[in-house]
Amino acid sequence: MQKPVIATTSLAGCFGCHMSLLDIDERILELAELVEFDKSPFNDIKNFTRQCDIGLIEGGCCLDENVHVLEAFRKNCRILVAVGECAIMGGLPAMRNGIPIKECLDEAYLNGPTVRNTNEMKIMPNDDELPILLDRVYPCHEVVKIDFFLPGCPPNAELIWNALNALINNSEMDLPYEVFKYD
Amino acid sequence: MEQSVSSILDTYQRDPTQLMDILIDIQSEAGYISDQAIEQAALGLNISKADVEQTRSFYHFFSKKPRGKYSIYLNTSVVACMMGRDTVARTFEHETGIPFNSVTRDGLIGLFETSCIGMSDQEPAAIINDRIFPNLTPFRAKELIRDIKAGKTMDELIVEGFGDGQNSNKDIRAIINNNIRKIGPVLSPDYKPGKVIREILPKMTPGQVIDEVKNSNLRGRGGAGFPTGMKWELCRQTESSEKYIFCNADEGEPGTFKDRVILTERPKLLLEGMVIAAYATGASHGILYMRHEYKYLKKYLENLIQGAHKRKFLGKDIAGIKGFDFDIRIQLGAGSYVCGEESALIESAEGKRGEPRDRPPFPVEKGYLNQPTVVNNVETFCAAVKVLLNGGNWYRSFGTKDSTGTKVLSISGDCRNPGIYEVEWGFSVNDMCEMAGADDLQAVQVGGPSGSLIGPGDFDRILCYADLSTGGSLILFNHTRDLLQDVVLNFTSFFIDESCGSCSTCRIMPVLLRNKLNKILNARGMNSDIVDMVNWAKVLKASRCGLGQTAANPIVSSILNFKHLYDQRIRGGTHYDMGFDLNRAIQEAGTATGRFPLME
Repeated sequence: MQKPVIATTSLAGCFGCHMSLLDIDERILELAELVEFDKSPFNDIKNFTRQCDIGLIEGGCCLDENVHVLEAFRKNCRILVAVGECAIMGGLPAMRNGIPIKECLDEAYLNGPTVRNTNEMKIMPNDDELPILLDRVYPCHEVVKIDFFLPGCPPNAELIWNALNALINNSEMDLPYEVFKYD
Repeated sequence: MEQSVSSILDTYQRDPTQLMDILIDIQSEAGYISDQAIEQAALGLNISKADVEQTRSFYHFFSKKPRGKYSIYLNTSVVACMMGRDTVARTFEHETGIPFNSVTRDGLIGLFETSCIGMSDQEPAAIINDRIFPNLTPFRAKELIRDIKAGKTMDELIVEGFGDGQNSNKDIRAIINNNIRKIGPVLSPDYKPGKVIREILPKMTPGQVIDEVKNSNLRGRGGAGFPTGMKWELCRQTESSEKYIFCNADEGEPGTFKDRVILTERPKLLLEGMVIAAYATGASHGILYMRHEYKYLKKYLENLIQGAHKRKFLGKDIAGIKGFDFDIRIQLGAGSYVCGEESALIESAEGKRGEPRDRPPFPVEKGYLNQPTVVNNVETFCAAVKVLLNGGNWYRSFGTKDSTGTKVLSISGDCRNPGIYEVEWGFSVNDMCEMAGADDLQAVQVGGPSGSLIGPGDFDRILCYADLSTGGSLILFNHTRDLLQDVVLNFTSFFIDESCGSCSTCRIMPVLLRNKLNKILNARGMNSDIVDMVNWAKVLKASRCGLGQTAANPIVSSILNFKHLYDQRIRGGTHYDMGFDLNRAIQEAGTATGRFPLME
């Protein structure tokens, strides 16, 4: 039987969820036996090379580029899993959602303490090559269909491991309280 | 202002439970409630600033900033919109030069929106400085703004002449019409005020009064239908030296206006009913909690209460019954639908935010100031008078077996004769539509937004507690109306605006449901959206009060009875669409950076 193929990405996230996946420690070897990785920061494959079975998404969408990547994941993965707070609810980046974009940009490039006296030309980066900000940070499921959600900031390594196991073996997920208890 | 806040505090003996009245007076005197006034009130009442602040921030008619010398509150209810509210609104904006929710630069005129003001039979209507201006047209709106700018007084703004019946009374002087279309045994003008108090009560023990009301099988007329006799008995059985009778005249359910007409035309009947309840339960204080929108009736009612004192219908040893003391005061609300829920109403009357309480304990055990309290609807008290006058058996001869007596209905919308109708329980929706002169109907909203939206297939259903229960409102829609856009969306927004925010279910879920509905209205909906709405709506049942529990009713009952309207608007197949629009999402940043990306 062909090994299941996994793809992962970090959108508007901090890579903490990816780090948490690595926290499965020596079982990473076991995982490497069980699955193959396609597009992922783990192997630095930039573009999809084939249809994948499982896509793990860290982070929400704060840029147009995030939306394009997420849509590519939806297109190329049979199952999409939103991993962690940011992917599920927008997380920390979504703190800007109550503030108008103009205010955020002005603070970052014109008025903030680190730029106030250095950006004399009052330049606001707007090269066409740069991704463009969305009006707010969107959780993944507001952009594409998400099949499963793994909560946590980051989700416990065991939770990710158990979820992958369940998906790969098409079995019931082992979900003891400890793996998603955070307070 | 400092001086006047201090004198307002003195008027109410610096009693923190009178905070509502205090804030209403400050608001009406200064046009707003400043932070400084809050500080002064907190100090004077010996409560925290937060206590005053949270009451101010809860109610729609309290404001932190000036609302203009002339504050115009234009109704946004479904019926107002049907009757041309939007063109009136645009005229107000055009003539004043400001958008809604703002005040002109000279501070003369403020434009604001407000939920249903109880004038559904004469919409569109607005409140200007506590007075009602019904039947507005763009022309009339233009005229009003012109007259205000010309410096005319409130009295001079009224050019229509006063309404029928007591609306022309010197203490009311309102342009409003009663539109009483059908009178039954409860509202019958054949009534001699005080007869029950003077001739019947002295011959009966409180227990006998309760038995008679029980025998009549009278149930609460606010909508929930709790047996009135039982409520009185439970209150009677609770031991306490202080008990309270509340009349719930916070008629906020959009489309309902019957209490307004009763308060105008049969107020003595209501007051007599409260006295009877006081006698039956052993209460010595009565509070008539009236919505702020009906403030124009306050002086009239206060004079009537004074008159009742003179005639010994209120006061000490009423009707010569030793130790039977009872008085009534009026408590105004300040614009909040949820205060129609009895425990929220009690909280509000105590000067707090109108947040419903956890139950038990029920108000009959621990209500106002933690004392046993009976809260009844205006119409319930009126019916109780007729029950004692003519007997429970007589009352039971009207209506159906489980729903005895009559119901006063408020009918509005697409019909020739909007107004109030007192009919026996047991009439069908069809009968009522015929009576109101409506044909070509697409739908009827029974019982306001928290009730149900039914189609012609259900018009033979019966108005009674067992089938179609209603607090009294029927709104009729003909085939020109877009039910989802004009009705369901409006009602859902109403619940969002009026949630007290206490339960997360009610604070969040209606917003999510409205997003889904908007997605469908924007032609981005899918079958799964409808399934989601029905499933998600169940969460609302976990809310503490009726507002939260019924907040999804407009959506759920329209899906149940008008599924085809949804089907027409959704995309078929398995296509998945979250309603996300990338082009729209990047517009703001494109404008902010001066970069206008090419549209894909």
